[in-house]
Amino acid sequence: MSEIHKDYTGAKLGMWLFLFTEVLLFGGLFVLYSTYLYKYPQDFHTGGKQLDVFIGTLNTVVLLLSSFFVALGITYIQRGEKKLAIRYTLLTIIMAFGFLINKSIEWSAKFHHGIYPNSEHLLEMPHGEQIFFGLYFVMTGLHGIHVIIGAVVMGVMVWLMKKDNINKDDFVKLENAGLYWHLVDLIWIFLFPLFYLVL
Amino acid sequence: MSEHHQEHHILSIKTAGTVLGLLLALTALTVAVSRIDLGFMNVAVALTLATTKSLLVITYFMHMKYESRFFRIIVFICFLILAVFIGMTFFDVAYRHGG
Repeated sequence: MSEIHKDYTGAKLGMWLFLFTEVLLFGGLFVLYSTYLYKYPQDFHTGGKQLDVFIGTLNTVVLLLSSFFVALGITYIQRGEKKLAIRYTLLTIIMAFGFLINKSIEWSAKFHHGIYPNSEHLLEMPHGEQIFFGLYFVMTGLHGIHVIIGAVVMGVMVWLMKKDNINKDDFVKLENAGLYWHLVDLIWIFLFPLFYLVL
Repeated sequence: MSEHHQEHHILSIKTAGTVLGLLLALTALTVAVSRIDLGFMNVAVALTLATTKSLLVITYFMHMKYESRFFRIIVFICFLILAVFIGMTFFDVAYRHGG
């Protein structure tokens, strides 16, 4: 058996360094959110009341479940149970679609109420509420793009597991894809209370 | 193969399940507490619960508990920098006159 050099720690370090840039990307937006919440607490309160707490909570549960499924997928591939690993990674992708369907229902409802970037209705609102909905669309939108990318990455992982490129002895790709997915979940953990439950 | 695979920690399904249960319970608590008007404390409680949930995800799902000290240090520094970033901006905004 020929020895192929694999730098496991290097691969993980690279992934974490990338995740740090993601933390800063969203961190900048959280800074904007917190300063404007401080400036317009009442408008943010009124804005938050217009969001659907039920859909927000449902999407939180969906994302938490998906993170759990990713963790199980990694556990199973490490134990050499390829079929189960593929099944749970596929379940993660289904959860991602569920999240996006909920998000689209929620955004469509907002559009029907005339709330979308630069809409006449939005421009008539108090300044703070305009900022609230601006941040809402930018932050949940950017997060949604991450969910789409995460689902595509998980699809590639399923393909690689089927090809035995990811296996019991070499699973760092799936672990790194999992790290990305968990980060997307982490960001939502903060977005949910800040937008849907703001008081 | 290299030796790290033998010593690689595999997250047990039981642990993953417990973490999921805690995360769901904390989510229920977050929603419940937000329905009670505590004034400014609402934001503080919501952020404390969200931070607790994040720590669970990072520690177990993101495997930080089982990583080397080096990884724990760099992840800690990253979030420390973010906290300083948000904290210092807040000091600026809170104590700025006429802003």
